[in-house]
Amino acid sequence: MSRPSDHIDSAPAPDQGGVTQPKLGFAGTLRWFWRQLTSMRTALFLLLLLAIAAVPGSLVPQRSSDPNGVTQYFTDNPDLAPILDKIQAFDVYSSAWFSSIYLLLFISLIGCVIPRTKHHLQALRAKPPKTPARLARLAGFTSRTAPAGTDAATAVATARTVLKQGRYRVALFEGPGEFSVSAERGYLRETGNLVFHSALVGLLVVVGFGSGFGFSGQRVLVEGQTFVNTLLAYDSFNPGRFFNDTELDPYKLTLDDFEVSYETQNLEAFGQPVDFTAGVTVTPRGGDAAPGAVRVNDPLRTGGTSVYLLGNGYAPTITVRDPEGTVVFTDSVPFLPQDANLTSLGIVKVPDGLADQVGLVGFFYPTQDETTTGSYYSSFPDLEYPVLTLNVYSGDLGINDGVPTSVYALDTDHMEPLATRTSDIQPLELKPGDTQALPNGLGTVTFENATPDAAEGDYSGSVPRFASFDIHHDPTQGWVLLFASLVLGGLLTSLFVPRRRLWVKAVERADGSVQLEYAGLARGEDPGLESAVTALADRHAALLERSAPKDAVPVGNPGEPA
Amino acid sequence: MNLNELSILSLYSAMAVYALAFIAYSIDLAKRSSAVSAADVAGTASAGTATTAVAGGNTTTLTRISARIANDAATPYGRSASLRVGVSLTVLAWALHLVAAVLRGIAAERVPWANMYEFAMTGTLLIVTVYLIVLTRTDLRFLGTFVIGLILILLGIGALQYYVEVAPLPPALQSVWLVIHVFVASLGTGFFALGFALSFVQLLQSRREERVGGVKPGGLKFLSTLPSAFTLENLSYRVNIIGFILWTFTLMAGSVWAERAWGRYWGWDTKEVWTFIIWVIYAGYIHARATRGWRGSRSAWLAIIGFAAVMFNFGIVNVFFKGLHAYSGL
Ligand code: HEM
Repeated sequence: MSRPSDHIDSAPAPDQGGVTQPKLGFAGTLRWFWRQLTSMRTALFLLLLLAIAAVPGSLVPQRSSDPNGVTQYFTDNPDLAPILDKIQAFDVYSSAWFSSIYLLLFISLIGCVIPRTKHHLQALRAKPPKTPARLARLAGFTSRTAPAGTDAATAVATARTVLKQGRYRVALFEGPGEFSVSAERGYLRETGNLVFHSALVGLLVVVGFGSGFGFSGQRVLVEGQTFVNTLLAYDSFNPGRFFNDTELDPYKLTLDDFEVSYETQNLEAFGQPVDFTAGVTVTPRGGDAAPGAVRVNDPLRTGGTSVYLLGNGYAPTITVRDPEGTVVFTDSVPFLPQDANLTSLGIVKVPDGLADQVGLVGFFYPTQDETTTGSYYSSFPDLEYPVLTLNVYSGDLGINDGVPTSVYALDTDHMEPLATRTSDIQPLELKPGDTQALPNGLGTVTFENATPDAAEGDYSGSVPRFASFDIHHDPTQGWVLLFASLVLGGLLTSLFVPRRRLWVKAVERADGSVQLEYAGLARGEDPGLESAVTALADRHAALLERSAPKDAVPVGNPGEPA
Repeated sequence: MNLNELSILSLYSAMAVYALAFIAYSIDLAKRSSAVSAADVAGTASAGTATTAVAGGNTTTLTRISARIANDAATPYGRSASLRVGVSLTVLAWALHLVAAVLRGIAAERVPWANMYEFAMTGTLLIVTVYLIVLTRTDLRFLGTFVIGLILILLGIGALQYYVEVAPLPPALQSVWLVIHVFVASLGTGFFALGFALSFVQLLQSRREERVGGVKPGGLKFLSTLPSAFTLENLSYRVNIIGFILWTFTLMAGSVWAERAWGRYWGWDTKEVWTFIIWVIYAGYIHARATRGWRGSRSAWLAIIGFAAVMFNFGIVNVFFKGLHAYSGL
């Protein structure tokens, strides 16, 4: 089968006799090395090594899947982390050592599959092998006597027909006083195995290169906002190595509304979200606007991209005015959720227009409640009793230095706390629609009510929500699916199609009767082999019985009672 | 009493009946041991035949590889009354177990496999289902002690440690892929569990077989009423490759779901890592079976390590490792 020489079904390599073996030479050494690399033992060793090498990546946070965890790890283990980083423990799956294991494995795989494919292509055209001299040693050996009057050649011809009907490939052989048919089936098993292994290579290649042609980007949208699919519109954008910006299809996506429903019946799960739906409008370039929806587990596919709903929260609309009443800042600011009841944290930076630069650190409680110690928390994620508190700082926002700063963080090192829990003036506290004065006569701040006309006490629409979207483009995903299906299909055929040889031999005995012998040989796992041999013998016997000459004299003396 | 309480009642009844079944299977093993002792006393001749059978083992291996599994025990032993009782009790407990899972599903208005408690309940139900189905085709009744012992441990931990009230599915788990991916993974686990039990007995058996040839008999007597290590190995292989195919499908269905949920089909999340590790270990197992020098006990160890990884993935990774795979209330 041209399998690796240490395959269990291969004949053991002839002993070369260590002493007389000639020196290998360069080419010989290479060939020896290649044979080692493509042996079953090496494949097994590399597979087990791969399994072990994958473990550390689950113990230590990975940059690819959990970058914040890595940062945290460096803070928690300042001594250990740099050492681990040296051995690429935070990038296990792209590390030199992990890559070398799977690359070696795949080289071994290719080196193993190519000769087997060649060999298999030949086997597909070859005749079944010659019938072994002694069938008695083989699986399911059955011996019967043919009905009288059947000659050996006819018996074997009939067997050949039966086997052909069973989709065996057959070959007839003839020896002194005996005829036989050799049959083989289940070439599909080896085909499946080769498809399986080749598809693994295909999968690796597609996965390895595929990510280079796509991109992923993130964008936060507050209800009512629109995003145009261009590079500048993304909050963050990660292109693949081979990605070209001009491939972006500039469609428009508007977040019309964001609907959330919470469990309110089942007290065990009170307040647990049951559904998130981002209602959107998509306008293709030069096309008509069409409504759509993005839900968790249900991305929107448009313009060659997939749009995923990854997060959501509240975006209170905050307006800051100078002492004259001129608006110096107004925006709906996405607040990052901190817990399951959506206590949220947000930052407002007002660099221009006031006497000083002002920074606000806001906490938003959709349903505000108070602990016995007087601190606030949110007791329900929906807008039952929304309250916004603002800590006010003035001084240098640190955004004039040209160093990029996060919109979600405020560095208060160079700022003076004007209204915080520890200063004389307590944090400002606002309900939707409220306006309060900023300390030091700096101006005023307003927490806008999005539905000012709602009934008294109905806050359900008072604060807009935001949704954060991941937008991806991966042109090779279809290929991945194709190869994965080939892997599965190849696996199924290679494990369940039995590959077997069957033989039927007819031997003429001295007394003129014909002895029939049946036996089989499994190539690989084949639990049904013995019953297949028996079934063949039975069917063959039935056919011979039917076609045996009617006037034939049974063996023995006619007329005598049996 | 609401449906969920009925479900709990049914589950605890199932556990009680499983415990009785476990006792019945254990009595059967004890009886086998004493039967073997009696046979030994009756004559050393039996030991002689056993030895020849084993000594012949190596040469017959090649032809017998494909032989239909027969009970080739050294000391054949029929089905004792306690074995029959054990199997009947298992069927009864399985029915109660099934009712528990179905009621839980109705109470929650969704499939009953969305948190640790439910995984444990449905996963063990599938292990027993696989065991009972295989029984109709091959006589593996002697495995009862091992399989039901495992079920009792897993169900006990699941019901006592991880019980949670019925809760609706969070949006992240609302997907047909939850139904497919988790179900197939649990079914695969059912086959791996059976393969694990077989490989485990195979190791015991091959140690006994080595000893029988030598001077030092003893050890677990009942083993000589069980199929030979060779037969156990073939059975284990057959069960494990079905598990492997289901696991391959689990991996792929998981990727499809990950693509829909997180926008990438593969991201080396901890749970993905362990699913991959398990897949590679079992691929190694299949290779080991086809590698000269690795058949027999060595490949059996790989099947055992593979199942240990499955249990680790379920019991440790789910609970203690950080990752995207968060389960509602565990
Ligand atoms: C990426 C690494 C590999 C994986 C995941 C893998 C996986 C598998 C699996 C699952 C099977 C059983 C299904 C079947 O028969 O088609 C198998 C069989 C086989 N593999 Fe691999 N394999 C890998 C690499 C290799 C390499 C490098 C070799 C060559 C040395 C090899 C040689 C074989 C052979 C000969 C069989 C048939 C076993 C038998 O006769 O039962 N494989 N492999």
